[in-house]
Amino acid sequence: MSAADAVAGQPAVPVRARRGRRGPGPAAGITSPARGPAALITYAVLALLFLAFLLPFAWLLLSSVETGSGLSATPTWHFTLANFKAVLNVDTVFRPMLNSLILSGGTAVLTVAAAALAAYPLSRFQLRFRKPFLYTILFATGLPITAIMVPVYSLYAKVNLTDSIPATILFMSASSLPFAIWMTKNFMDGVPVSLEEAAWTDGANWFQSLWRIVLPLMAPGIVVVFIFTFVLQWGNFFIPFILLLSPDKQPASVTIYTFFSQYGQVAYGQLAAFSILYTAPVVMLYGVLSKFLGGAFNLTGAVKG
Amino acid sequence: MTVATQSPRQAARTPSRGARRPGRGRRLVGRLLPLAPALLLLAVFFAGPLLWSVYTAFTDMALSGSAAVHFTGLTNFRRMFSDPSFVQSLELTVLFVVGSAVIGQNCLGLLLALLLRGRRQVIRTSITGLVIGAWVVPEVVAGFAWYAFLYKTGTLNSILGHFGLSQNWLYTTPMLAVILANTWRGTAFSMLVYSAALSDVPPELLEAAAVDGASGWARLRYVTLPLIRRAIVSNLMLITLQTLASFGLIYVMTGGGPGTASSTTPLYMYQQAFQFYQLGYGTAMALVLLVLGALFSLIYLRLIKLEDA
Repeated sequence: MSAADAVAGQPAVPVRARRGRRGPGPAAGITSPARGPAALITYAVLALLFLAFLLPFAWLLLSSVETGSGLSATPTWHFTLANFKAVLNVDTVFRPMLNSLILSGGTAVLTVAAAALAAYPLSRFQLRFRKPFLYTILFATGLPITAIMVPVYSLYAKVNLTDSIPATILFMSASSLPFAIWMTKNFMDGVPVSLEEAAWTDGANWFQSLWRIVLPLMAPGIVVVFIFTFVLQWGNFFIPFILLLSPDKQPASVTIYTFFSQYGQVAYGQLAAFSILYTAPVVMLYGVLSKFLGGAFNLTGAVKG
Repeated sequence: MTVATQSPRQAARTPSRGARRPGRGRRLVGRLLPLAPALLLLAVFFAGPLLWSVYTAFTDMALSGSAAVHFTGLTNFRRMFSDPSFVQSLELTVLFVVGSAVIGQNCLGLLLALLLRGRRQVIRTSITGLVIGAWVVPEVVAGFAWYAFLYKTGTLNSILGHFGLSQNWLYTTPMLAVILANTWRGTAFSMLVYSAALSDVPPELLEAAAVDGASGWARLRYVTLPLIRRAIVSNLMLITLQTLASFGLIYVMTGGGPGTASSTTPLYMYQQAFQFYQLGYGTAMALVLLVLGALFSLIYLRLIKLEDA
């Protein structure tokens, strides 16, 4: 918890606010009229918003399990798993998903390792350039990666790095590093220095101290940074779309798009089934993530940067 | 970025094993050593392309194989601002950011946070779960879902058909379509930010205002909103930055079309650089986007404090 709070690092999400978020707080009785026409309007608006957010999902869920579905979410009540069976083969789902796993997993491992190392001096030592460095990191988190892709492509094309999975992982790691360093540093600040002092006295160097003491104590934070990076890159469309050219190297985010755009007659049921298979890991990991952060609300702290 | 380029060199100059007390200089180098991998990655793959984009933007570099690259000065930029399609793409980008981020996500997020405050657990969980679900879904899938939803034989039209309102939304109102889709996708973030900020508003103040006879609207306008001012501004900056460079969602839904009717700057940039092979021209546009992003990022930086740094 305390580590998650540290991630926020912003007055907008103070520690105090974390308590009592479940259930009606003291303010609730006053600001939310629990009776009368006002309450009715509130519930009507909420119901409307619920529908508005649900309807775009309807097609995805319905046509994945129905035969001969088009683009409308009209239930035909003929349920089938044929769409899933049709896409569950090496070319359509397994290889792209494996590529996604390699790209996002490789990026997450590299990012977490580099971020944990970089965070150590930033969190532990009084360095003269620490403040400008942290500001630069924060500034970099705001830069639009989409805009960097054109120069990255021309740079990669110059040195023959296009269509290479490792080179793509390196770029993805660099683009996720600023935020990962920022998060990791804040998690690390939550581990008291006093715990390391004993180790220093015993002659441990910084690496031993980081590896044996700090990292085990901030394991949840490391998991959060890992999953966060993984989920973001799993959904990343633009970077692999630009940097990976041969279809057998492309991740699911890109092949699912070509699946949709290449053929004249799109098998929409299969597209929906593929979308669900591709989305499922992210949803599960998000569940794990919100567990680690003590409820979905605290993710705000982690996401802000 | 000065730090990013200097430190690895510094670290490499003196071989060091993070020694414990070997004089000031070596100790500093030992302390900086762990920064090296991150700095190397950032310098090569982040700062490198940034500097490269500054160079490329002033050349006539093209993808079409011609080896000779000429320095063309401001030509790309002059061409850009006299290119009606580019100017239109900037206008569409502003429309997209204002419509989907500043108005859509921001206001809907605040509305949801306000309405959900103090509701029963079941209601809160189901609505926040659904809204967050829209946020978690990868952008390509969100694009498909909205494409199907708005398609001429799609879900929305089969509902609206009963009222005779059906039309091909992706053709008649492509900007509205992508703005709605992006609002749907991004509202969760604003909602989470505002839920956190609202729970920090001291209830005593609202009580006092209520005792003084302030209406619900007055309490919101004169008590709650001023108190969460900071959260509002930083939320606006962040969602603006995220929306500015949005590509996948629009690309999947409309591909920038029909014609160029929904071609925001990232899509126009992609088209110029990768379909018409004008790398230099595309990079010049990227630079404009980067500068825009950098401005918003700087404003955002000024708003937050690094507590102890």
